[in-house]
Amino acid sequence: MTTALENLPPAIAWFGRLLRRYPRAGRQLNRAAAPFENLTKVLMFGCNMCGQCILHETGMTCPMNCPKTLRDGPCGGVRMNGHCEVKPEMMCVWVKAERRSRWLPWREEILRVQEPLDWRLKGSSAILNMFSGPLLDERGRP
Amino acid sequence: MSAPHPAYGRFEQALRSGRPVVTCEVRSADGADPAAVRKRARLVRDWVDAVNVPDNTGGVVHASPWASCAILAQEGIDPIVHMTCRDRNRMALQSDLLGANLLGIRNVLCLTGDHMIHGDQPETKPVYDVDSIQLVAIATKLAREGKYLSGREVKPPPNLFPGAAANPFAPPYEYRPLRVGKKVDAGARFIQTQIVYNVDRFEEFMARVRDLGIDRRVPILAGVAPIRSVKAAQFMRDQVPGMEVPDPLIRRMAAAGDAKARREEEGIRICVEIIERLKKIPGLAGFHLMPIEWESAVAEICRQSGLRPATSPPAAGSSASPVSPLLNP
Ligand code: SF4
Repeated sequence: MTTALENLPPAIAWFGRLLRRYPRAGRQLNRAAAPFENLTKVLMFGCNMCGQCILHETGMTCPMNCPKTLRDGPCGGVRMNGHCEVKPEMMCVWVKAERRSRWLPWREEILRVQEPLDWRLKGSSAILNMFSGPLLDERGRP
Repeated sequence: MSAPHPAYGRFEQALRSGRPVVTCEVRSADGADPAAVRKRARLVRDWVDAVNVPDNTGGVVHASPWASCAILAQEGIDPIVHMTCRDRNRMALQSDLLGANLLGIRNVLCLTGDHMIHGDQPETKPVYDVDSIQLVAIATKLAREGKYLSGREVKPPPNLFPGAAANPFAPPYEYRPLRVGKKVDAGARFIQTQIVYNVDRFEEFMARVRDLGIDRRVPILAGVAPIRSVKAAQFMRDQVPGMEVPDPLIRRMAAAGDAKARREEEGIRICVEIIERLKKIPGLAGFHLMPIEWESAVAEICRQSGLRPATSPPAAGSSASPVSPLLNP
């Protein structure tokens, strides 16, 4: 078990290099894998398939369900009952994220300043993007 | 004051002075008459260190805030332009940051922006390409690294002084002080808070801010505002998400009756009382007055509460605008 875990990071790095070496195949694999990955994440976390997953930093709550698609924490409009300023019937995504993140051992990850989103990656596999980096074709498509 | 890019603007100088700083908000033009903005500017000019101009607050369209800010600069005021992520993508934000700076505007309050659903054009497409913290980071990158988001060089880089807002009155309360820290991490150089009516809640917030040492990393200005009528107070409580107006205040406003002079007097008195309580809270760098559509109240509040600008007011006829010779009538 330990050896398997120890070998995981180099294996991922190797796999990422492989995908980068053959970007066309990488993109095809990404397109094939995306529906499966996203289906699970949609069912489990209400994923919005942004292709740049930060679920683990946000208490496993998809921040893209926020009507303002905020990735760095709640806006100033959260209602007194913790509901969203835009959709009063919905609990604010970030109220949930903050509460859930307290259970995670890496809870302070929620304080990391996020990079602006790359909107081209919407719909692609976030896991493969993480391994290989974005694999874009000549026309900048994933 | 009239040099094109002084090393520090008056607002930054005020914050560096260590004395309590006073800023206030002035509406952007709601018509094509620059004189309206000049008139408001002159009402507040001698009482504050800097003046904020909001960006389509509540989702109601006004003139671009940087345009009104450029007029304020001609009036000798150091303007703070609000910039929201609601109406502009990252390209427009970068070009507005640079464009505003060309007109002598250095201070930018980076905001997410009230959603248009509360405004008069709710059918608009929301943008929200980046969020307020990423906007702070973009402004910092432009100014400090001299680079656009793409990595391309900006020559010469703009001289920006980015800041951000904080709302201690919206859940999750425990997260709010941490969020201020996150904004400072991204590069925020000053913080202006939502209007304080619930002083107890604000005290708790500031206690946590001091525990985290954030007040030593960034100057925090407490937002205050006079209430003009019971109706206005109820509107803020019920219709403005993220605002907390305690019932005792609403009862006091109701008790003041309907006569304009009486209720306005009471509104200003409440505001001054809140300022007096806030003055006792350690870790605050000053006050930010938000006299919603009531700029003439600023002088009265400052007079009664003894608030004075930390820096000396501009000489009459002076200008902080690098382009004023061309634009001035
Ligand atoms: S209240 Fe929460 S979910 Fe709603 S827009 Fe603000 S941050 Fe997003």
